[in-house]
Amino acid sequence: MQRHHDPLRHSAPRRRALRAFCAAALAGTPVFRAFAAESVTLPFANGERPLARYPQKRPLIVVTQRPPQLETPFEVYNDGIVTPNDAFFVRYHLAGIPTDIDATTWRLSVKGRVQTPLSLSLADLKQMEAVEYYAVNQCSGNSRGFFEPRVAGGQIGNGAMGNAKWRGVPLRVVLARAGVLDDARQVKFDGLDVPAARGTPDFVKALDVDHAMDGEVLLAYAMNGEDLPFLNGYPVRLVVPGWYGTYWVKHLSEITVLEGVLNDFWMSTAYRIPDNACACVPPGTAPASTVPIGRFDVRSFVTSVRDGARVPAATPLALRGIAFDGGYGIREVAVSVDGGKTWRSAALARDYGKYSFREWQTSATLSPGEHRIMVRAVNSIGQSQPPEPLWNPAGYMRNVVETVRVRAA
Amino acid sequence: MPSPLPHRLGATFVAIGVAAATSAFALRIELPAETGTFKPGAGAELAQRQCVTCHSADYVSIQPPRKPLAFWKAEVEKMRKVYGAQIPDDQIEPIAQYLARAYGDGG
Repeated sequence: MQRHHDPLRHSAPRRRALRAFCAAALAGTPVFRAFAAESVTLPFANGERPLARYPQKRPLIVVTQRPPQLETPFEVYNDGIVTPNDAFFVRYHLAGIPTDIDATTWRLSVKGRVQTPLSLSLADLKQMEAVEYYAVNQCSGNSRGFFEPRVAGGQIGNGAMGNAKWRGVPLRVVLARAGVLDDARQVKFDGLDVPAARGTPDFVKALDVDHAMDGEVLLAYAMNGEDLPFLNGYPVRLVVPGWYGTYWVKHLSEITVLEGVLNDFWMSTAYRIPDNACACVPPGTAPASTVPIGRFDVRSFVTSVRDGARVPAATPLALRGIAFDGGYGIREVAVSVDGGKTWRSAALARDYGKYSFREWQTSATLSPGEHRIMVRAVNSIGQSQPPEPLWNPAGYMRNVVETVRVRAA
Repeated sequence: MPSPLPHRLGATFVAIGVAAATSAFALRIELPAETGTFKPGAGAELAQRQCVTCHSADYVSIQPPRKPLAFWKAEVEKMRKVYGAQIPDDQIEPIAQYLARAYGDGG
């Protein structure tokens, strides 16, 4: 069940925090101050979280301080289908994150099973053919905190997702320049983050060569028309549209073409899902076999009303939200205001591309009393959302039909 | 190809948002000081010493409540086996028991 904290409860302290921040900036003091502006309570047990301002970010929900994991406050998704850079979620795996990057000396090396190894500067990349598209990035464990029974890991609400306009060079262009050899099977990606302990596996991910060469996977250097925010992978990150964020390697520094399949911890142990159609197992059980996580499943959310909200009765109530999937495109969004007994089609707003959030709108006139508003999306190949949550031990891929309870009066 | 102008503007924006920028393209960030600490109790110092090498204390305190000792022991063992934490054998059980007492169902 989707339950959000009431944003009104927190608005005053936030304004005070912003004023304090602006005052500090104007006074010429070092701008970044690590203050906890306030806290929010995510709607699951042990869900209290501080809000804090990180570099280039508005106050975000702190999941963990080190490595930095920051969640977007849910109300941001009602502001528009583009998630602002300063509100975009942050997720690192390793404590050794870079904090100082000189983009003039940064180089991206391309090596391994290629004819000509490359060392590319940011200027080199920016001189190459650029493409730009909207795409959602979503953490595999987005919404993990709602799993029941609860599972270990980053206890995130629904805020580890975001939609941005990414600009960069297709990976295919760079790999073609290097000349991929015939025996290549996968391409692996490493960034500047490093483990804090000697025994911790470095965070390295891989894609099959065909995927890497599909022309869509991007070496992105801009996000919503600006440089990538530092904490979102400055100066260059991988964008793998439709696929979970684990593949979107940040601070990209090394691309290696492999003749085999990458068997490191992050591919062969972590980020794996049950090897079946639902990527699920009976709650509390272990899967017999697993595969690496891949494309997003279908999700949709109501963003215009919060769980527990009071809304006017007997007058049309505008309802709005977002839907997205793994890149097939949203075909239909249906909304129920009677707890799932009857459904109506919502209008789909402008299409920003098959990898983008798609806004939906409808309206309903509610009688006085309690109502359960539900939203369900279907993509162009007929995939939809389950009425009851699916479960897996790692807490990945939650996509249950979301419910918002309101009281009309 | 992007024009150079948006890039310069972006760097200016960045200079506002970060502690220092040594050039138009070099960015340095300063992360907030860690504020979380382990709950007091027998074993807290041990947990503090072993766990915060790789992550802040809040990674522990946000975990689901009322989980049993087996949950916490599995986590400590995962940190050693999978993430390479240098936790001696004889500290696994005391750390797990502390975590279950402080953050779980009491152990």
